[in-house]
Amino acid sequence: MASVDALIQGLESVGYIASRRIATSLFMAVNLQKPILVEGSAGVGKTELALSTAALLGLPLIRMQCYEGLDESKALYEWKYGKQLLYTQILKDRMGESLADAADMDAAMDRLHGMGDLFFSEPFLEPRPLMKALREDDGCVLLIDEIDKSDEAFEAFLLEVLSAYQVSIPEIGVLKAKTPPIVFLTSNNVRDLGDALKRRCLHLHIPLPDAGLERRIVASRVPGIEGELVSQLVSFVQSLRTLDLRKSPSISETVDWARALILLNADALEPEVVRDSLNVLLKFEQDIQVIEPQIAELIRKPLA
Amino acid sequence: MQGALEDFFRALRASDVRVSPAEAIDAHRTVAKVGFADRELFKDALCATLAKTADEVDRFDRTFDTFFTRDTFVAAPPPEDGDRDPMEDLPPEGGDSELARMLMAGDASALAQAMEEAAERAQVSQIRLSTQRSRLTRKLLEEMGLGEIERIIAAARRLEDPRGQAAGERLDAARQALAKEASAYVERQHELYASESGKNLREELLARKALNSDGGIDPVDQAMMQALVKRMAKRLADRYSRRRNVAWTGHLDVRRTLRKSMGYGGMPFDIVFKTKKIDKPSIVAICDVSKSVAAAAQFLLTFLYSLNEVVDRMEAFAFSGRMISVNSLLDENKVETAILEVLKQIGFQQTDYGRSLEDFCDQHLDQLDRHTTVIFLGDARSNYADPRLDLLATIQKRSRALIWLNPEPESYWGQGDSVMHRYQRFCHVAKPCNTLAQLERIIEDVLRTYIPH
Repeated sequence: MASVDALIQGLESVGYIASRRIATSLFMAVNLQKPILVEGSAGVGKTELALSTAALLGLPLIRMQCYEGLDESKALYEWKYGKQLLYTQILKDRMGESLADAADMDAAMDRLHGMGDLFFSEPFLEPRPLMKALREDDGCVLLIDEIDKSDEAFEAFLLEVLSAYQVSIPEIGVLKAKTPPIVFLTSNNVRDLGDALKRRCLHLHIPLPDAGLERRIVASRVPGIEGELVSQLVSFVQSLRTLDLRKSPSISETVDWARALILLNADALEPEVVRDSLNVLLKFEQDIQVIEPQIAELIRKPLA
Repeated sequence: MQGALEDFFRALRASDVRVSPAEAIDAHRTVAKVGFADRELFKDALCATLAKTADEVDRFDRTFDTFFTRDTFVAAPPPEDGDRDPMEDLPPEGGDSELARMLMAGDASALAQAMEEAAERAQVSQIRLSTQRSRLTRKLLEEMGLGEIERIIAAARRLEDPRGQAAGERLDAARQALAKEASAYVERQHELYASESGKNLREELLARKALNSDGGIDPVDQAMMQALVKRMAKRLADRYSRRRNVAWTGHLDVRRTLRKSMGYGGMPFDIVFKTKKIDKPSIVAICDVSKSVAAAAQFLLTFLYSLNEVVDRMEAFAFSGRMISVNSLLDENKVETAILEVLKQIGFQQTDYGRSLEDFCDQHLDQLDRHTTVIFLGDARSNYADPRLDLLATIQKRSRALIWLNPEPESYWGQGDSVMHRYQRFCHVAKPCNTLAQLERIIEDVLRTYIPH
């Protein structure tokens, strides 16, 4: 974490090929202790970045998947209701015993106060991802995945966590992280996020990579693949992206495709092989139908 | 550097990248951390702190490049004879002019610095409009001391000495180069601080422009209006759909909890919370595209189109003589084609509100239920045909809210063949709406008040 270049190398050593902009954002996030909001289309490596950072720093990764209807009790903490219930049962049984020798009602009440209110206390608390992340004393990587899928209310609730690395639990008090976690939020832009949230985060947009970067990514993700094949398949994918498709292939699809080609023992792109494995790359039937007649032509295209 | 950063923030704000004071503080912290020695690092780090959307990143990149570029200054070529004092041949008037000395010596960096200083005095960075460019260029040059130079050149031309004249020529060439530089400098400042504000100004004017005025909207403004309307519709839909997403567990449902706890001998192990049942609201929009609203039709349809794009549950209809459903047209085409297609199929005929209402009630009445908001876009000019008030009453009764947006000003309502006043009785809201700004305000009110949630 000493410099951006060191960071690029470090990420590479755990298998993530980062562009300079990505590494700089991460570097600033760590140094300014700010969460980092990662945007970009599906499959460009948003989640992967968080996983790799955790691997690089040797920190535990705590992941929270967001969805519509996600609320505090699922994200932060819940009371262990069953245990609380048992506790009251025990309390009831023991109560008569310990209050038996109290002189009158007032004395009994005094003694009751003295017994302490355990009902809402840490042992009855069931920590959920956010709270777990704050309680990791040596820090951790917290991944809040697809924040755009959550409700606006939840987004507002996150603000306290993100700016001060603390949460308030009404019954207990404020819980503050000893070591602030490194927070990644990812978004596919399903809805616009609030300004307040954006303002608290560094912003990183991961675009689809250029050919050079993509070649390096494929080479590092699929060890043992022939350099010639990598160039061919990357330029094929790159030219697909210039076409008007319902879903352009992203990096993860390129990598999957490279793996598929290895499985099929292909050492060069042949129209036959491409046709057989096109469904790895394209996820819509219409897209496949559009591309199929053009395969031979696309393969012949000069390398990007 | 402090000042330069502040200027940079101003340039960013001018190109529509929001930089709040808190972000400015972050940026300062960033700079303190990374320094400016590594330009790429400096740029990327600042970008990560300041730009918040992919769009803003683009604008940030552009602004950064313009702001931190200093063109290499091409002044007059340095004198061929390096040893001689370049000022020697000039007439005595040039004796103590600093600028003349810099020009004659071709000292580019000193000139660049002098220009920056002069620009500050001339307040070039306050530039707002492109028409200010020539005046500010002139002012910038005056601040640098151009008057003096012109006097020297004039004096040199009067000299008998050919070497003096030649020196005058050289100074003149340098002056012209300098003027060019100054104009480029001002141009760049304009680009930095004002290029977007011109656009903003036009957008603002457009938002207030009456859309049913003669000639409708300028074709030049068409694209801009579409963008505006789209942005507006998106904002509205954002609020509109958010309401639906409220799903929370709140109060204890005692009845169901007790029933569930019977299995545990009355111990409430499974507690059940009341859930809020959420209405799924829908919109039925009916748009008049007849002759009388010709000027506003495009605007109304653009709005219809944008609304259709952003609201999940919407039924769209258009009518002039008869009424048709235009949902599939809006779904399948790009905005321009969709609008043309609607107009081609049904546009610009004689309006017949009564018939159109009949069409609607015959075929589409089942679209309406107590969750539906009906939005009518039209001028209620019915060519003296029967307005069929009874049908509008039916629509009102069956739907949750009936909203009428009329592109004519209120004072025209009820005049001539307008039956707006008679329709108005059945509307929850009836408002004139002939500018984008008005439309936005009304729709916002409507969504707040009448959309079920």
